[in-house]
Amino acid sequence: MIYREAGQFKSSYASDQAIFPIVQDRWVALALLAAAVVVPAALGSDYWLQAILIPFLIYALAALGLNILTGYAGQLSLGTGGFMAVGGYAAFKFATAFPGLNILLVFVLSGLAAAVVGLIFGIPSLRIKGFYLAVATLASQFFLIWLFNKVAWFSNYAPSGTITAPARTVFGVMVTGPNASPEARYVVAIGVALVFALLAKNLVRGRVGRAWMAIRDRDIAAEIIGVRPLRTKLLAFGISSFLCGIAGAEYVFLYLGSAETQAFDINLSFLVLFMVIIGGLGSVLGSFLGAAFIVMVPIFLANAPHALGLHMPVALQKQLELMVFGGLILFFLIVEPNGLARLWQITKEKLRLWPFPH
Amino acid sequence: MLSLLHAVFVAPFLDMAGSPTFLAEVLIGGIAAGRMYSLVALGFVLIFKASGVFNFAQGVMVLFAALTLVGLIEKGLPVAVALLATVAVMVALAFGIERVVLRPLVNQPPIILFMATIGLNFFLEGFGEMIWGANVKKLDVGIPDESFKMAGILLNKLELTAAGTAAVLVAVLAVFFQRTRIGRALRAVADDHEAALSIGIPLKTIWVVVWSVAGLVAIATGIMWGAKSGVQFSLSLIALKALPVLILGGFTSVPGAIVGGLIVGTGEKLGEVYWGPLVGGAIENWFAYMLALVFLVFRPQGLFGERIIERV
Repeated sequence: MIYREAGQFKSSYASDQAIFPIVQDRWVALALLAAAVVVPAALGSDYWLQAILIPFLIYALAALGLNILTGYAGQLSLGTGGFMAVGGYAAFKFATAFPGLNILLVFVLSGLAAAVVGLIFGIPSLRIKGFYLAVATLASQFFLIWLFNKVAWFSNYAPSGTITAPARTVFGVMVTGPNASPEARYVVAIGVALVFALLAKNLVRGRVGRAWMAIRDRDIAAEIIGVRPLRTKLLAFGISSFLCGIAGAEYVFLYLGSAETQAFDINLSFLVLFMVIIGGLGSVLGSFLGAAFIVMVPIFLANAPHALGLHMPVALQKQLELMVFGGLILFFLIVEPNGLARLWQITKEKLRLWPFPH
Repeated sequence: MLSLLHAVFVAPFLDMAGSPTFLAEVLIGGIAAGRMYSLVALGFVLIFKASGVFNFAQGVMVLFAALTLVGLIEKGLPVAVALLATVAVMVALAFGIERVVLRPLVNQPPIILFMATIGLNFFLEGFGEMIWGANVKKLDVGIPDESFKMAGILLNKLELTAAGTAAVLVAVLAVFFQRTRIGRALRAVADDHEAALSIGIPLKTIWVVVWSVAGLVAIATGIMWGAKSGVQFSLSLIALKALPVLILGGFTSVPGAIVGGLIVGTGEKLGEVYWGPLVGGAIENWFAYMLALVFLVFRPQGLFGERIIERV
């Protein structure tokens, strides 16, 4: 960076292993954090909050969940949408069955519900791996969506099958339901995302994370040196679907307001997978970068023709969007298969030495 | 409890035994659907065998091929010329994919290549619709879509022709793989692409050949599916149905793709007709995946897949 870290000595293991070992980085991160919470909530427009920032945070949480499973533990999953649906529907059931329950607690409970379902669908991963597992996880996607569609109990026998987020408050502020302000919802979303990002970061740096990576890199070798595959893989499935479940609950309660099973279809699974891979497999920061990229690109593509003063039919624009989106994915994979997180790392290394070559 | 067991394990079989012609019709319907899954799965297997790439874009290639063919016919070209032109387009596409996508990504982990094919999937979808439009198109290949009765069972001429074509296609592919020089080269690349390179097999050419063959299979699939239900976007969704077929049959086995497709096709029709009403119907969407999932727990390499031997 522009600054130098010369003169900063680490005299304890704790300071050596800090998330931001450089003092300036720590301050920048804190300042960014404060700005992220305060600035959009204070003066952001409703459009920015509602269409970009809130979905970004929710997708980032889901991507974080999938990244733990796919990026760290190496278990490719295409069932994210299904697990998010479990979270969404569980949150709806909890919130309507226990109206007095704090909505944050409801989110955690729905995450736990998703974790249980994730554990069940994680069992085959003990026998199968790679693309076979990916296809097997599709079973969870299709089966769960079908289940929520068919069993009317999940939507409280609503004739349309739609679940609607009831109005709930946290510390006296309305955060869900039709009358909640985007600012309040944004603050909840960023709070949840930060807490779990910190949790995930610490998890993947510790013993658990190392066990996941050992399983990912060479499962048999990991087993021989004493990593238990059963426990490690199932833990990855559990925590991953816990995070996806919370993201699913937020998806309904903070973003969509009301949803049908359609909202959780296979496209959602692919979208989250894109975020993880574009952002960087095996990187907490990457989940956030990937989510930002995938949320921003369609918005950018939709607005770019107007900005350039071009008028084109809606259908053509939709098709161009698909093409550019596909092309960008290819481009990024070819330029940097390790994702945006890796690009950021390279930039940082370069900037540390700048303007000197070594 | 007893009545539930009866409804699950006894009643459906009594129904089947009670009306064998209906059962036969259900089975034939299942085989008709399964054949399509088989063909899409075949495209997957060909590419996976020769390059280790899990080609998610196979379904869109089917759509793209069908759209191109229909578009050219609508432009007034005779069917034969349009078919040849479509073949040329698919071969050109194979060249393009090899040059733009595969070559820069050589030696990347499989998941990256898988993602790349998803990117390709989006690109081709947008591209195909931009050129040929997104409307449902009728594909008329000159075979009447009419039914007749044989031995009391309702049969369809178009279905029979399609089944025949599929059988011929598979036979030709089998001969191509087993008997020709280039087929041998393909199998060598599939076994070990580094060893194949070291004895002078040109990897790039092989990839183009494989993707072209997969393109030809896509054309055949597109014609059959399109003639039956029109050329439309949902064609690309059958790719998803081909995935459980793949894991049933094994990713690397051509006969596995065929048999797996037929099992999934008939299985989901039987399940839908005889067991579906018990749970409210529409189980076709997930039945194949659940079948594959349960199956995998007992036989992880699929029906015909090569036994996985792992060493540290």
